[in-house]
Amino acid sequence: MPTMNIIQAVNSALRIQMTNEPKAIILGEDVGKFGGVFRATAGLFDEFGEDRVIDTPLAEAGIIGAAIGMAIYGMRPIPEIQFSDFIFPAFDQIVNELAKFRYRSGGQYPCPVVIRTPVGGGIRGGHYHSQSPEALFIHTPGLKVVLPSNPYDAKGLLLACLKQDDPVLFMEPKKIYRASRGEVPEGEYTVEIGKAKVVSEGEQVTLIAYGAMVDIIKDAAKKAAEIGISCEVIDLRTLLPFDIETITESVTKTGRAVVVHEAPKTCGFGAELASSLYERCLASLEAPIERVCGFDTPFPYSLEHEYMPNADRVLGAIRKTLEW
Amino acid sequence: MNIKNPATVDSLELRRVLDDDGKVVAGAKVPEVSEKDLLRLFETMLMVRVVDERMMRIQRQGKLGFYMKSLGEEATHLSVFPLRDDDWIFPSYREQGAWFWRGYGIENFLNQLFGNRKDPTKGRQMPVHHSANWLNVVSISSPVGTQIPQAVGTAAAMKASGTDSVAMTFFGEGTSSTGEFHVGMNFAGVMKAPVIFVIRNNGWAISTSSERQSAAKSFACKAVGYGMPGIRVDGNDILAVIQASNEAVERARAGLGPTLIECVTYRIEGHSSSDDPSVYRNPAEPSLWEPKDPLNRMRAYLKNESIWSEGLEKEISDKYNDEITKYLAIAEAEPPPAVETLFDDVFQELPWHLKEQKEYLMQQARTKNPHLHNS
Ligand SMILES: Cc1ncc(C[n+]2csc(CCOP(=O)(O)OP(=O)(O)O)c2C)c(N)n1
Ligand SMILES: [Mg+2]
Repeated sequence: MPTMNIIQAVNSALRIQMTNEPKAIILGEDVGKFGGVFRATAGLFDEFGEDRVIDTPLAEAGIIGAAIGMAIYGMRPIPEIQFSDFIFPAFDQIVNELAKFRYRSGGQYPCPVVIRTPVGGGIRGGHYHSQSPEALFIHTPGLKVVLPSNPYDAKGLLLACLKQDDPVLFMEPKKIYRASRGEVPEGEYTVEIGKAKVVSEGEQVTLIAYGAMVDIIKDAAKKAAEIGISCEVIDLRTLLPFDIETITESVTKTGRAVVVHEAPKTCGFGAELASSLYERCLASLEAPIERVCGFDTPFPYSLEHEYMPNADRVLGAIRKTLEW
Repeated sequence: MNIKNPATVDSLELRRVLDDDGKVVAGAKVPEVSEKDLLRLFETMLMVRVVDERMMRIQRQGKLGFYMKSLGEEATHLSVFPLRDDDWIFPSYREQGAWFWRGYGIENFLNQLFGNRKDPTKGRQMPVHHSANWLNVVSISSPVGTQIPQAVGTAAAMKASGTDSVAMTFFGEGTSSTGEFHVGMNFAGVMKAPVIFVIRNNGWAISTSSERQSAAKSFACKAVGYGMPGIRVDGNDILAVIQASNEAVERARAGLGPTLIECVTYRIEGHSSSDDPSVYRNPAEPSLWEPKDPLNRMRAYLKNESIWSEGLEKEISDKYNDEITKYLAIAEAEPPPAVETLFDDVFQELPWHLKEQKEYLMQQARTKNPHLHNS
């Protein structure tokens, strides 16, 4: 099996979809000739031509609005937003249009658009190349939100998203775009949407994260093991619909949970996860659920390292749940 | 790959004062600029070139996270020439010359690039995202085009306040595709706001060629749809840039409303230090634009006017090279902002939740965490 990084895995999924599905169409800023600023669409312009891999003018509202128009006409558009920080000019098209088209037309107009966009910090990108706006979209009824943490899941989840008929925001953890490498099948396979992955089993505390933060909780679990604490590590993979069964089962078993994301804490996705767990596992809980998140400040430049959650902070939260 | 040739670009009406050899074109309106100002304009363009060259070099050495050059576009920055200190500037990320013209020096420039404790914006943004309220130059944002309607609002406020101040905003031709451009132009037209829109048409928006941004014959002609004049000018001709800008600023001050100026120029190098243009652009293309180089053309003009000498040019470039050497050492040595400043300026005062988070971070800083700086 070949080894790929996340960029290569995404590229491979896109190539398979473009080959097998004549209605698939890629559009976005610099996705064509250049192959995307992160090179996720590299080679596709030459292979599939300028009518199916479209370099658009610089306007995100145009990219998503046009993708919607293509989708309701029967195409399977895969727009790219260059950085999720630049998704906001398209916010109206995504929140009020894309997410509501099926519902508002009484099911007449499904809108199978899969928006790909890089997210997250840790690349010295300051406010506008680092944000993690997933909660805004999870909060939007009608939109699925997916955020893988490794190449295998990235390819399998992207192919799964491309095969179904609902709009998806497919977020890609750019900090580990190239650093995360692993074995990925050359051909087609899918990873089920809505299923979390228990990365490693443990007894005392459940650690839940997604995207680039999965590496952080794995690291924290290792540090915890060194001092005799056993953690269960869960990679959520799909944020909406999230895998309530897997996390409920785990927290019922361990009685403790630490939820980690790099987006700001207040109204972050961790609040929803914690709340859902309280509703289902209150009787099993041994301690309040801890959240380790980005601070409620704009994403900084020089103090990026201080801003980002790290394994030490997660370890602190693990101890807190045990000492409670 | 298609080639973007200046000869075909020229076929549309383009205001020009200097030819490629720096000679005044027959019948051109030469703006009145004093000898002192001519030298200062030349000095500012040269300063941009010296700074760009040095900064990209240290970026390549791994000392700087990111940088964006303006090679070949320096003359467009000096659209700010007719502005007064009370006029406001809303820049994009590629107008270093406008900052230097206003008096934003090497010291601030370098401290911002390093995001250190002396950075006027406290290390909050990526390199090249400056802000200088004392110069009436507004904070740069990465999301392109956001500054355009803001400039219109400031201009409308100037008008409502009864001053004759004006606002000028800069952006690339790619940015003219954003909603903000069209919204801003429309508001300005309707409000008759004293604002000047300067499009730096450098032919490229990262890898996207200007023909893929607009099917219109020019960018200047977009002005028609919003009820304002549009001027298309050779953006590598400093005197033509100033002539157009003079006209637009005069109109705005006289209460006649907004003007759109398209400065036709060319991005000689990559979009930024992270870019590799060889992937998407014919490598022969930049050389076609070399004869249009704005600094060479101005130098030739000054030579003809007998106000340039080799010694003078060397003096200027030595001066800025020395300043860079001096302030680079300081900027590199200066520590990053103190940890607790992470929470400053989110609001005027810290609400309870940020107080708690600050307390938590400082607690971490005090207990051992090798990643935290001492503050
Ligand atoms: C809203 C938004 N979308 C995408 C980007 C990414 N991006 C940064 S610069 C750029 C190209 C801008 O080109 P242009 O306006 O021509 O300015 P130039 O870089 O040529 O000076 C793009 C797409 C962005 N900064 N903001
Ligand atoms: Mg441009």
